[in-house]
Amino acid sequence: LQANSRELNSTFGYPNNTIKTSRYSVFNFLPLNLFEQFQRLANAYFLILLFLQLIPQISPLAWYTTVIPLMVVLSITAVKDAIDDVKRHQNDNHVNNRSVLVVMNGRIKEDKWMNIQVGDIIKLKNNQPVTADVLLLSSSEPYGLTYIETAELDGETNLKVKQSISVTSNLEDNLGLLSSFDGKVRCESPNNKLDKFTGILTFKGKNYTLDHDKLLLRGCIIRNTDWCYGLVIYTGPDTKLMQNCGKSTFKRTHMDHLLNVLVLWIFLFLGGMCFILAIGHGIWENKKGYYFQDFLPWEEFVSSSVVSAILTFWSYFIILNTMVPISLYVSVEIIRLGNSFYINWDRKMYYAPKNTPAQARTTTLNEELGQVKYVFSDKTGTLTQNIMIFNKCSINGIIYGYGYDKNGQRVEVSEVKKVDFSYNKLADPKFSFYDNTLVEAMKKGDHWVHLFFLSLSLCHTVMSEEKVEGKLVYQAQSPDEGALVTAARNFGFVFRSRTSETIMVVEMGETKVYQLLAILDFSAVRKRMSVIVRTPEDRVMLFCKGADTILCQLLHPSCRSLRDVTMEHLDDFAFEGLRTLMVAYREVDNAFYQAWSKKHSEACLSLENREDKISDVYREMEKDLMLLGATAIEDKLQDGVPETITTLNKAKIKIWVLTGDKQETAVNIAYACNIFEEEMDGIFIVEGKNDETVRQELRLARKKMKPESLLESDPVNTYLNTKPQMPFRIPEEVPNGNYGLIINGYSLAYALEGNLELELLRTVCMCKGVICCRMTPLQKAQVVELMKRYKEVVTLAIGDGANDVSMIKAAHIGIGITGQEGMQAMLNSDYAISQFCYLQRLLLVHGRWSYNRMCKFLSYFFYKNFAFTLMHFWYAFFSGFSAQTVYDTWFITFYNLVYTSLPVLSLSLFDQDVNETWSLRFPELYDPGQHNLYFNKKEFVKCLVRGIYSSFVLFFIPMRTIHNSVHSDGKEISDYQSFSLLVQTALLCVVTVQIALDTTYWTLISHIFTWGSLGFYFCILFLLYSDGLCLMFPNVFQFLGVARNTLNLPQMWLIIILSVVLCILPVIGYRFLKPLFWPADVDKIMNRIHLWTRHPLLPPTQTKLRHTRPRRSSYAFSHKQGFGALITSGKTMKDKVFKKNSFSFKK
Amino acid sequence: MAMNYNAKDEVDGGPQCPPGGTAKNRRPDNTAFKQQRLPAWQPILTAGTVLPTFFIIGLIFIPIGIGIFVTSNNIREIEGNVFMYYGLSNFYQNHRRYVKSRDDSQLNGDSSALLNPSKECEPYRRNEDKPIAPCGAIANSMFNDTLELFLVGNESYPTPIPLKKKGIAWWTDKNVKFRNPSGGESLKERFKGTTKPVNWVKPVYMLDSEPDNNGFINEDFIVWMRTAALPTFRKLYRLIERKSDLHPTLPAGRYYLNITYNYPVHSFDGRKRMILSTISWMGGKNPFLGIAYIAIGSISFLLGVVLLVINHKYRNSSNTADITI
Repeated sequence: LQANSRELNSTFGYPNNTIKTSRYSVFNFLPLNLFEQFQRLANAYFLILLFLQLIPQISPLAWYTTVIPLMVVLSITAVKDAIDDVKRHQNDNHVNNRSVLVVMNGRIKEDKWMNIQVGDIIKLKNNQPVTADVLLLSSSEPYGLTYIETAELDGETNLKVKQSISVTSNLEDNLGLLSSFDGKVRCESPNNKLDKFTGILTFKGKNYTLDHDKLLLRGCIIRNTDWCYGLVIYTGPDTKLMQNCGKSTFKRTHMDHLLNVLVLWIFLFLGGMCFILAIGHGIWENKKGYYFQDFLPWEEFVSSSVVSAILTFWSYFIILNTMVPISLYVSVEIIRLGNSFYINWDRKMYYAPKNTPAQARTTTLNEELGQVKYVFSDKTGTLTQNIMIFNKCSINGIIYGYGYDKNGQRVEVSEVKKVDFSYNKLADPKFSFYDNTLVEAMKKGDHWVHLFFLSLSLCHTVMSEEKVEGKLVYQAQSPDEGALVTAARNFGFVFRSRTSETIMVVEMGETKVYQLLAILDFSAVRKRMSVIVRTPEDRVMLFCKGADTILCQLLHPSCRSLRDVTMEHLDDFAFEGLRTLMVAYREVDNAFYQAWSKKHSEACLSLENREDKISDVYREMEKDLMLLGATAIEDKLQDGVPETITTLNKAKIKIWVLTGDKQETAVNIAYACNIFEEEMDGIFIVEGKNDETVRQELRLARKKMKPESLLESDPVNTYLNTKPQMPFRIPEEVPNGNYGLIINGYSLAYALEGNLELELLRTVCMCKGVICCRMTPLQKAQVVELMKRYKEVVTLAIGDGANDVSMIKAAHIGIGITGQEGMQAMLNSDYAISQFCYLQRLLLVHGRWSYNRMCKFLSYFFYKNFAFTLMHFWYAFFSGFSAQTVYDTWFITFYNLVYTSLPVLSLSLFDQDVNETWSLRFPELYDPGQHNLYFNKKEFVKCLVRGIYSSFVLFFIPMRTIHNSVHSDGKEISDYQSFSLLVQTALLCVVTVQIALDTTYWTLISHIFTWGSLGFYFCILFLLYSDGLCLMFPNVFQFLGVARNTLNLPQMWLIIILSVVLCILPVIGYRFLKPLFWPADVDKIMNRIHLWTRHPLLPPTQTKLRHTRPRRSSYAFSHKQGFGALITSGKTMKDKVFKKNSFSFKK
Repeated sequence: MAMNYNAKDEVDGGPQCPPGGTAKNRRPDNTAFKQQRLPAWQPILTAGTVLPTFFIIGLIFIPIGIGIFVTSNNIREIEGNVFMYYGLSNFYQNHRRYVKSRDDSQLNGDSSALLNPSKECEPYRRNEDKPIAPCGAIANSMFNDTLELFLVGNESYPTPIPLKKKGIAWWTDKNVKFRNPSGGESLKERFKGTTKPVNWVKPVYMLDSEPDNNGFINEDFIVWMRTAALPTFRKLYRLIERKSDLHPTLPAGRYYLNITYNYPVHSFDGRKRMILSTISWMGGKNPFLGIAYIAIGSISFLLGVVLLVINHKYRNSSNTADITI
């Protein structure tokens, strides 16, 4: 493509910049949507049924019995799809109509996003989102640097830097040059790799290679850069953002799979019944029908009873189709949708500080929330707030940060007043500190304290932004650093701004500029970073901070005693679970520095072993350090995390922490939030570096937890020895105590390999808490996948960052924390909550209710349809197997759709067996969901048996009663139409009483829906059987007057009462006896709850959590490499850039 | 119908607060409905509710059952009005193809349907190019035996018992559902252009001499057209009205039943019956309901006792095993 030449570029047929996430337009909505809906098996099935019904020879039902429900079902879905799509259209329009500045013929023109084309040059301003994938040409910052935030793409909120190639950065904002820029770009075809781009820019006959550092991706936001120009490379659907989305995998719940299996069973059952009835019909036609031809001749095409039987098979197939109710899937969706709304509406999951309610982004997984067995949690930002707070420090052997009361006793910090920072105008008001002695030392001008904070304010890679005078905003690479710099700022050493050569610090109100000579950046190996500065007093100083283990060895021998004191303090800090760093300095001889600097630049320029050489040079500088002190940063846990985890543990939910963080930190947090407890029987650490050791470690752990599991005779072993075919499941194994396990990513890589997989799984699943540290995002997903593959359990992944996305997508349920680290996790999640502690409410309250409701719904729904449909089976024996329906066709049409739909909805939207307080108080109530006790194949068979029984009662009681029976005025009542009415009314009463029995939570709405539906049935009955309607369409409404003649029969009501009692009594008896004979834990708890609700003598008391922490060391340094390199690169590039500049001047 | 929001609305997607902070408050409403705190009644199945239910059902059902049974069995003495039924067995009036083989529009007097009956009536739709009225298999197979009852007194001439042939059909059927076609003076003219059903001897307008019991509104015809639910059925044929309170309707004596045999049932192994019966408040004689009530009442009572014993035994044991939570 060529810049600034729309004509040429249009020949390549690039798409324009319109994005389209909507699926339909006004015109294609109907056909497309219908087509999509009929791709669903159930809908297609009903469509086939409909066609079958159109064949008059086999159709026992009028066409409308299927068409009306099908229409309703389809239109509900269509309306929902339409609403979704309208939303998407609005979003699209909003995005497409945003305006952007385009360079056109030497002038800047405003245009809409959707009109941007490949090859255009656009101007982007600070804080603007990037319009398309753009090749950076030039920017307001030196060297063509541009800062962007990529929160939308990868979830990272920190700034990234992009740099244009030098030849184009010279274009600057010269519109003339820009519009005459005619570089040609050849690049790879659009793909979804965010961090890869290759291309060649040909400009003035020269080729320049392009990589992803030059590319601004759509979705990024320009930050800290006043303006920049870019050449549009990919537009609209070609952009990396759009290429990356839309491929979300569709999650299905266990219940969905179960439903599919059951529907298949029903089909088989249905086929079997049809077959039996068809044979019956054949025999009947042969023995009776043949001779009955005087009155009812066979149809012309029926040559023998066999042909007739084949036709009857299909007739019964149509009649009995209500076994698989058309409204099942729609009802399931509606119920899930309703229960999702409850999640969105829950005020107790609304996080006021961020103004975010919980959000059910997927509405198809609700009941699975009530079945979770394993929770995989990220650490940073999920368990912790990812907010680091400068909590304590030790300076020159004196510890600061503890609160003391008047008698000098240490007290809880919350009881002490915050330190007043009003003396410092630039202080961050959010910062709080509780020890006044430090401020006093500060004010007194304590040399060490000053030096300590000076080093904190200099030795970092934070960028500052000062939009309003005096209001500094720090952009830190890691929150630790931000916390340290903020602390220094509040105590009076304000880091104000930096260029690539200087750092401006306001020292106790006095502005000083330090010359930045070098940054010896952090790396995972070095575990420390240093800066070398030239002070205004012309002294060269090195400031270093780093992990104590490393720094200790670099200290000058003279500060040994101080080191010992400080180490003691560090132990104290670690004891409290704080993250610690050591701070040291060194004054460098000017000459020494000059020599070193030379070596350094040589090392930088060397081509071989550059890394090694540089680190050698660094090591030369970082020695003989003078210890200043140590800092302690609190990695704040989110509110209520330990309590939540304790509750979830009680609900037998196992919580694993999968984190990229290092082992010490992770373990520390695990203790802090009760994943590991002191009373545990043992904690295993797996850190082997090869196959064999990992295996040994795993087996050792298993041996301790359950020695017999290693024996050949163990059932699981014998099972595995049979080499079962995939997919097979590993049963749950019970260990002999509470254990914890720690495994690091390195060992996990081995453990996840083929033959160790099962070993790992069996060992790990026996542990109560598991910590996996140093995990890559891929490994997180692998662990989840492993679990899904071999265990029949529901897994839940919760995380907040881009690195959790893979695991969130892999797990059955993915939960995103809308927190610190951007939106990526949230966008890929099924549920978004803003605090970890809401998880217990989401699972124990909403999940449990959803699950219970869904199970009740399914049991009842299948039951009512079996009872309804099987009646035809019994009637077949008395109607010559002729596929005559028992009911009026209108009853068949309305049964699922009108008469029984609302009670079912009220049951499945309002029912609560126990209220939220109890479900949280007794997490054990969650247990049945995990084992899927309330609706499984066994329960389904029970429904079937119940349905068969009910239909039997409902058919034979009326049949025997009206047989040869007459009305009190002598007219016969055993006619077909009266019988239909009788049976259908009895059926409806029975199923209504049945649902009344199932309902445990009778709200006003439940009453209205349940009893109202029954009343409504009678209203409709009189309408359908009224003179007016029947006279208008005599052939459609044939039941004229039946209601009036039959409903006043005493037999009618006696039959109904009898049928109801006969159908309900066994159910009541069973439900009463079940907890007596087979008591489950849940029943006992329920008993207790019922006892308490009736006699509220024992108010539920929340057990207080113990806060005992053992002595654990955690010398953490949560730092990533990044900004340091950027600043330094700016610096080391200085020479080159100058050369280029001079070069261009010459031109 | 899954809702999976694929569309990532780029920058302004998601619940981000605009920097101004004046975003609308997204705190959900505090209504009982949204917070699932609707006031509710929570019934629980306990021994206290279940056991009495069984006993009460037992106590109520047994008397009702006995009442019904006695009433039903008392229908013996021939007093009050006596109803005369004919019964057919092994006759499948509920066969699907039979049931649908009628045209209710035609029977309702619709003139277009009269001349052009519904397809459902096949093969009794047209005969010799003329539409059949009434069409269909039901009408074609109408019961056409004639039953006459005589009291054989001491005299040699038996006295015929007056049989009332009106008032045997449902009022709605007679007055609303079935209507003769409108038009011409005589009934014959109104049925002009149609032919009689194949099996019939006489055309439909000659079923009876009285004009309000002729054509489609002939009550014998209407009764036949109300198809039976089961293959063994009885249909009301005639009423024998009680003349005065002093005499029984049918005094004891020898009776003579004269059957004009027209209707063939031998071919399909059918049976014909004639039934004379009186009626109680709950219809004709059928002991089933009474027996069922008694049986279920007793079972319920028994179950109640059994459950009481079980409950007593198990409740104690499960209560002693304390719940450890």
